[in-house]
Amino acid sequence: MEDTTTLQFVWFLLISILWIGYLILEGFDFGVGMLMKLIGRGNDEKRTILHTIGPVWDGNEVWLIVAGGATFAAFPEWYATLFSGFYIALFGILVALIVRNVGFEMWGKRDSAAWRNGWEWCIALGSLVPALLWGVAWANIIGGTPIEPVATNGVDSLEYVGNFFDLLSIYALLGGVASLAIFFAHGALFLEARTEGEVRRKAQAMAVKATPVAAGLATLFMAWTLIRQDSLEILSLIAAAIAVAAFVFAALKAKTQPQKAFAGTAVGIAFYFIAQFIDLFPNAMVSSVSSAYDMSLNVASSTNYTLTVMTVVAVLLVPVVLLYQAWTYWVFRHRLSAEGVGDVKTPLDLLDKKKEAAGGSGSDQGTGGEPAGS
Amino acid sequence: MTIAMTSLELARWQFGITTLYHFIFVPLTIGLAFFTAWYQTRWYRTKEEKWLRATRFWGKLMLISFALGVATGLVQEFQFGMNWSQYSRFVGDIFGAPLAMEGLAAFFVESTFLGLWIFGWGRLSEKVHLACMWAVSLSTMLSAFFILAANSWMQHPVGYELNKATGKVELTSIWDVLTNSTALYAMTHTMLAAALTGGMVIAGISAWHLLKKNEVEVFSGSMKIALPSLAVAGLATLAVGHFNGILMSEQQPMKMAAADAVFKTESGVGLSLFATGEFKGNPEETNRNVKLPNALSFIMTGKPDSEVKGVNNLNDEYRQRFGDPDSPDYLGSEFKDMDYAPIVWVAYWSWRVMLGCGFALALFGLVGWWLNRRGKLADSRRFLKVALPAASLPFIAAAAGWIFTEMGRQPWVVFGLLRTQDANSPTVSSGEVWLTLVGFTLLYGVLAVFAGKLFFKTASKGPAEIEEGDEDKPYLGMAY
Ligand code: HDD
Ligand code: HEM
Ligand code: HEM
Repeated sequence: MEDTTTLQFVWFLLISILWIGYLILEGFDFGVGMLMKLIGRGNDEKRTILHTIGPVWDGNEVWLIVAGGATFAAFPEWYATLFSGFYIALFGILVALIVRNVGFEMWGKRDSAAWRNGWEWCIALGSLVPALLWGVAWANIIGGTPIEPVATNGVDSLEYVGNFFDLLSIYALLGGVASLAIFFAHGALFLEARTEGEVRRKAQAMAVKATPVAAGLATLFMAWTLIRQDSLEILSLIAAAIAVAAFVFAALKAKTQPQKAFAGTAVGIAFYFIAQFIDLFPNAMVSSVSSAYDMSLNVASSTNYTLTVMTVVAVLLVPVVLLYQAWTYWVFRHRLSAEGVGDVKTPLDLLDKKKEAAGGSGSDQGTGGEPAGS
Repeated sequence: MTIAMTSLELARWQFGITTLYHFIFVPLTIGLAFFTAWYQTRWYRTKEEKWLRATRFWGKLMLISFALGVATGLVQEFQFGMNWSQYSRFVGDIFGAPLAMEGLAAFFVESTFLGLWIFGWGRLSEKVHLACMWAVSLSTMLSAFFILAANSWMQHPVGYELNKATGKVELTSIWDVLTNSTALYAMTHTMLAAALTGGMVIAGISAWHLLKKNEVEVFSGSMKIALPSLAVAGLATLAVGHFNGILMSEQQPMKMAAADAVFKTESGVGLSLFATGEFKGNPEETNRNVKLPNALSFIMTGKPDSEVKGVNNLNDEYRQRFGDPDSPDYLGSEFKDMDYAPIVWVAYWSWRVMLGCGFALALFGLVGWWLNRRGKLADSRRFLKVALPAASLPFIAAAAGWIFTEMGRQPWVVFGLLRTQDANSPTVSSGEVWLTLVGFTLLYGVLAVFAGKLFFKTASKGPAEIEEGDEDKPYLGMAY
């Protein structure tokens, strides 16, 4: 087996970064999505919760799309084996993400309790299922799955030969439950940091309970992962230790300093997955049948030329993306509260105000000051 | 068709259904985003209230379309790996690059700046807010470019080398892939199609409100921009489509032969307007066939008596080219007696449906522009009544265009390099594809009902009403 080239390493790194970015960012969307149903009472609170992620969730999800596209471009064999192999699991994730996305859009569009309730369930389950399944999927990727060479048209390719239920080992399920708990806590801390009033109080109560659970499950999963290794990978041990420390820190700060605690879960998630990526390297897929069938990055990779082109593109674009995404978070940094909903103004109100000030007759399109839920 | 379909057939159905569904929203989003940005620019410049109302109104409709486009686009991104793993292995070195660039260069911009636009009313300065909308509009077009470049490579592979040892294609020039003649045509054609879709939907809905004398100012303002755009884009589509056809008859003569149901190579061929029959090569002619003498030869080459290649002759040519060991394009002995013709009636009719819609749209735009210029629009009830149903035309045309482009390329998935039958995932069973096919189709069906209802409800309410009530309050942060 040939060694990983520098460019292949760079792309493995970049894809890891994209996944980690996705899991940190959409991780709190998942948590918030579940909490909307769980702690939101009344339309104002629910809208407040929804609006904390309203401007950013789609941008967060694009991290996944780019991770997928980058895997296709840099490691086509990985893309092909992984997504055809984890077929049903991926189907579940896609359906969940779709109903969740549509739910965000539809929830406020009709003033009917049944309508809203239905979409709230879509959002909650659409957040829960991927939060769980991504954990299961990653546990399987690093833990190994039945992968063997399969000949099609006379050419061998490394294919996943198991079925959906082979993905549900105890180890993988623990990975799933751990990621679910982590994202839930991460979302609760986000909500606590981004809101005021009643919503904040409830989010805080949730975060205080959920963060220690997440820290515990994460520790358990990482310990098991380290034990399963043939020879202990020191770097992955260090990353795991940092992750545990960060989650514990988050649990300690959850009540009093949500911003710091949120930074803690973010760092925790990063190192939790860094540990897994270190464990995976230099492979893209690990075979549980025989290590001879492991798919190395080298085997999975595109040609040097394609990797070079993509490196140039990534070097030019990734910093710009980071800049404007950071700017979005800055623009929408203010805390939200359900109590403020009543004063909301539409741009048309502002226009009316201007007109009134100018002495003209205001038009009849005002909603300002009208209590919400009317 | 029996129920016991192979996983290949099912995967094809799934790709066709999900892609066509995605493409209902794609041209609508691109079109409406562009017009919304245009209306907002008018508001920014003139500060006339009607433009603000138009911006908010068409922007709302754009957002509904956008949400569905995003939701269905997710499936597209992963579908190649799920159902078409052999394809992904074969072309990954080339096809993956534009896909990844699309994400990095376009989807990030699109989603981030849309969030800023939706929630940024009153929070961002008017200038920055307007710039956000233009960023969204331009990035939808950029995303279209990258995906069309990827698709065009399947139609007309360039900038690659076939590695005989691995049996895969390798990229040799990204520049060639991005400037593929097919891609540049597809891009121009598709952007014009998007302008027609956005423009026609705006015209249709505006006409409906004008008939009821709702918010006349806003809707006649909307019309004033939409109608000339329709006329211009309609005429340009005819021109670009014509040259696209000429390009195709060089690159994929089989597709164009099928589109015209020409079976035997002939000179001075007439353009078939309406044909029935089996559309089979033997007995080589369709039954009833109404033809415009010499028109086809003229359209394809500019000369009335030039030669047009027929399906049967091309079949012989391809058997030689791909099945003869001495040919440079030799692929294997089984290519010696393959049938290289697509389903002829599908190509024939899908092309005609697209063309028919194209002419109708151009005509509609011209008449509307003329009426509007003479100030007669509000009184031409007949024209206004036609407008709403006519808004279905661009959707029909775009679906027909894709069906023609993709099914006309069969049996190839990558022209001259990889057959569709060799492209699907070997380890995915037909039961599994059934599950996802039924699952996605049902889900999409349910979404269509909800999204459709919401779209029409929003559209019928008009600008004033949709700002009212409890629905979709703007960003809460504004309250501070
Ligand atoms: C000519 C244009 C075009 C075509 C042929 C396609 N798309 Fe598309 N796609 C768009 C134009 C577009 C868009 C205009 O950029 C969308 C539609 C609505 C939207 O939100 O963005 C979009 C959305 C969209 C998204 C969601 C992006 C987000 O979250 O912001 C993904 C992942 C894809 N598409 C992927 C694909 C793939 C893999 C295709 C190939 C089969 C495909 N699209 C065909
Ligand atoms: C820009 C990207 C693409 C678009 C917009 C697109 C669009 C379409 C459309 C509209 C159809 C018609 C479906 C039908 O009714 O049968 C189709 C068919 C199909 N496409 Fe594409 N396609 C794209 C890329 C691809 C790719 C990458 C593959 C890779 C395998 C592919 C494989 C197929 C197959 C197998 C069919 C079925 C053909 C048939 O049933 O005859 N397409 N596509
Ligand atoms: C009457 C004028 C038209 C002509 C001559 C024409 C011609 C063509 C041709 C030759 C293709 C095949 C390109 C290929 O195989 O790669 C095509 C594809 C297509 N057409 Fe048209 N077209 C016309 C009108 C329209 C209209 C009005 C729409 C939509 C509003 C439309 C939408 C499409 C789409 C979406 C495709 C697939 C993308 C592509 O390959 O460019 N066309 N058209």
